[in-house]
Amino acid sequence: MAVADSQSILPNGAEMFFKGETGRNTRGLLRLIILCTIAAAAVASRLFSVIRFESIIHEFDPWFNFRATKYLVQHGFYNFWDWFDDRTWHPLGRVTGGTLYPGLMVTSGAIYHALRALAMPIDIRNICVLLAPAFSGLTAFATYLFTTEMSTSPSAGLLAAIFMGIAPGYISRSVAGSYDNEAIAIFLLVFTFYLWIKAVKLGSVMWGALTALFYGYMVSAWGGYVFITNLLPLHAFVLICMGRFSPRLYVSYTTWYALGTLASMQIPFVGFLPIRSSDHMAALGVFGLIQLVGGTEYIRQQLPSKQFQTLLRAMVLIIFVVAFGLLVLLTVSGTIAPWSGRFYSLWDTGYAKIHIPIIASVSEHQPTAWPAFFFDLNMLIWLFPAGVYMCFRQLKDEQVFIVIYAVLASYFAGVMVRLMLTLTPVVCVAAAMALSQILDTFTVATEPAPPAAEGTSQSNGHANGSANISAKLSSAIPDTLRSTKSPLVGIYSYLSKSLITGAVTSYLLLFVLHCTWVTSNAYSSPSVVLASKLPDGSQHIIDDYREAYYWLRQNTAQNAKVMSWWDYGYQIGGMADRPTLVDNNTWNNTHIATVGKAMSSREEVSWPIMRQHEVDYVLVVFGGLLGYSGDDINKFLWMVRIAEGIWPDEVKERDFFTARGEYRVDDGATPTMRNSLMYKMSYYNFDKLFPAGQAQDRVRGSKLPAQGPELSTLEEAFTSENWIIRIYKVKKPDNLGRGLIEAGQFDKGGKKKKAPKRRGARVLRVD
Amino acid sequence: SSIKNTSDAQQIAIGVWNNYVDRTPQRTKLLDAFLLFLVTVGVLQFVYCVIAGNFPFNAFLAGFSATVGQFVLTASLRIQTNPENKSDFEGLSHERAFADYVFGSLILHFFCVNFIN
Repeated sequence: MAVADSQSILPNGAEMFFKGETGRNTRGLLRLIILCTIAAAAVASRLFSVIRFESIIHEFDPWFNFRATKYLVQHGFYNFWDWFDDRTWHPLGRVTGGTLYPGLMVTSGAIYHALRALAMPIDIRNICVLLAPAFSGLTAFATYLFTTEMSTSPSAGLLAAIFMGIAPGYISRSVAGSYDNEAIAIFLLVFTFYLWIKAVKLGSVMWGALTALFYGYMVSAWGGYVFITNLLPLHAFVLICMGRFSPRLYVSYTTWYALGTLASMQIPFVGFLPIRSSDHMAALGVFGLIQLVGGTEYIRQQLPSKQFQTLLRAMVLIIFVVAFGLLVLLTVSGTIAPWSGRFYSLWDTGYAKIHIPIIASVSEHQPTAWPAFFFDLNMLIWLFPAGVYMCFRQLKDEQVFIVIYAVLASYFAGVMVRLMLTLTPVVCVAAAMALSQILDTFTVATEPAPPAAEGTSQSNGHANGSANISAKLSSAIPDTLRSTKSPLVGIYSYLSKSLITGAVTSYLLLFVLHCTWVTSNAYSSPSVVLASKLPDGSQHIIDDYREAYYWLRQNTAQNAKVMSWWDYGYQIGGMADRPTLVDNNTWNNTHIATVGKAMSSREEVSWPIMRQHEVDYVLVVFGGLLGYSGDDINKFLWMVRIAEGIWPDEVKERDFFTARGEYRVDDGATPTMRNSLMYKMSYYNFDKLFPAGQAQDRVRGSKLPAQGPELSTLEEAFTSENWIIRIYKVKKPDNLGRGLIEAGQFDKGGKKKKAPKRRGARVLRVD
Repeated sequence: SSIKNTSDAQQIAIGVWNNYVDRTPQRTKLLDAFLLFLVTVGVLQFVYCVIAGNFPFNAFLAGFSATVGQFVLTASLRIQTNPENKSDFEGLSHERAFADYVFGSLILHFFCVNFIN
């Protein structure tokens, strides 16, 4: 702002308007209007899916959040806190109150009740759908605050706000209907960072306590709070190592840690983790270190001797080393839990694939490809390093924070696709700093005062040789010669100014275009309904999911258990309202492996498993008719792998591949594949849709065997319009006590020839 | 090492103590007494935990972190009101520092009471 005040290139009329008596107020008003417009743009660009389709919850996880929110609104806060959900993980149930981050649900519950109190009774579904857009407006505002702490430029904050408002990297997780934890978590992340920077700058207990409060809120909202827990200590640690320890750092860090740790332990899901888990030890270690450093600094002021100073330094170092050794010892001995697999796989990127297939099976946990960075951040990605470099140029406490954040978040975003989300804020901030620097340099800089009149230039000419010469020249040659005038090109000319401004403006406009295009085309499709274009350009909606889920809801018993792969657990619970065996909260690996085993085994093996777990219906997703590639046959290998992890003798991945190592579903499929329950359920009766021997699977692109599979322990209960969802009912045991396979063969008249009367190898009846 | 002998060290310690008694304002000494008290309470709790086991672990944590948190907040107040640190805390009056201290302590105690069940 100081820059804009002191040097302005505006002509007089505009200057009067912008900088008259009320210049400050006018700018404040302008800023307010711009921020409101940014918030409006952020909200509006997230509404594509609501306008195109309808106001529903997308994806898988949000369906659980939505269900939990409905429970909260119906039953009140205390019941929600102690909610034991017996409709998931069927035989086990789930202690929901203690295994979820309640921040999201409580936030929308609070909004719901606030709106009711204001006499605006809005359906809880609409609040859930529109929560993410609303919070993205707040995120833009928080980014503005955060950036204004970083840069003195008046435009940096506003630029960062608009970047954050519409950057696709953030939109991808916060479109309307994406009722996920990230919806509010990114706002809390940025706002916590803002408060932290403020606290470090001012050294105030109040800002530190506010940081802790919002940190607590963040802990209640998202598991990604660990990022903050490690970033703030790292910042403090780097500051100490740089010799920038100050009493302000002591005050802000210790206040944040003491209050924030207590706040985070109030969440039942977190519990004692901040004391016991390795992920949180950095914060504790830096807390101890900062006490030592603070004490040393205090004593150093009291002591005259220099020798004491070195002694104390050595002591701090020794204590640090000893504490670190103790930490290692405690971790090895098991008092402190080691890194959890999810976090450990960020360091050892091959770990998940080998040891925890369930983590590796999620597509969001794959490494990021280069195009994704350009796709999600467009021009910000190449302004980002420039912004970080500028932070180095002017290295204050808060710039150190940006540098650390940038380095860490870039690494994590490179390892895992979904962590692009935590990278986006720092990219927006750094890019805005770089861009605002360019704009300030080129638009606001005025020509330095000309070498003034001849008399003065003569007097101090000796100080500036070249100026002297040019002054002499200009005095010697008459002004009328055009060639003697100062050249037009240069940083101060209107040409360069307009060129740069034009270029930046066009880049910004292109950025807006890109963001809108990406949001509209890539990130605004609800996965519940599949949209396809007909040849004449009109839209065709494939709504098989809801068709099947509503069939379950209306045509099955209230307590009929549905077995499906875990991907669909939340949606079945949310839309069909039926108990499921496994769901997207993959807390019990063995139970998932049980379902995987039932899906990948022969009927004789699967049926007892299903009976033991009281399964009534089995649901599979099949895309072979429509070419919908995210179906269960394509996920089948993960089921096999997860089951193999538990029962290596009974399920073998190798058996599902042909001798040449191909994964096939046609005539060449292995017997294990063709006898597996999943294969049978997917292709049951599929060949009857086609002329004989012409059955074609459009996902795998292969012709199916002429003889379709037969099912004897299940019967088809429902198949949706496009065959995407197929539901089977598990048969009851045979009345005569035969095995179901036998009974099925008997019913079909299996044996043409009369069996020879032969005494089978019977065993003695034991009563 | 830098310390030549014990009498030397003793000398220095006495010098530091005298310096402290002479130069520290009364209010800061009061804070220091409170800090000392907090350290004592914390150490006692910890020793009791070591001896008697940590069965209601949340109760131990609540009590212990109350002392640690209060110590840290009090130390912050002491730092902020120390005239030697004036340059670090421009625009932070002593009254404001105290109000911040009260704010932080209230939050701390709310969380501790909530956590102790």
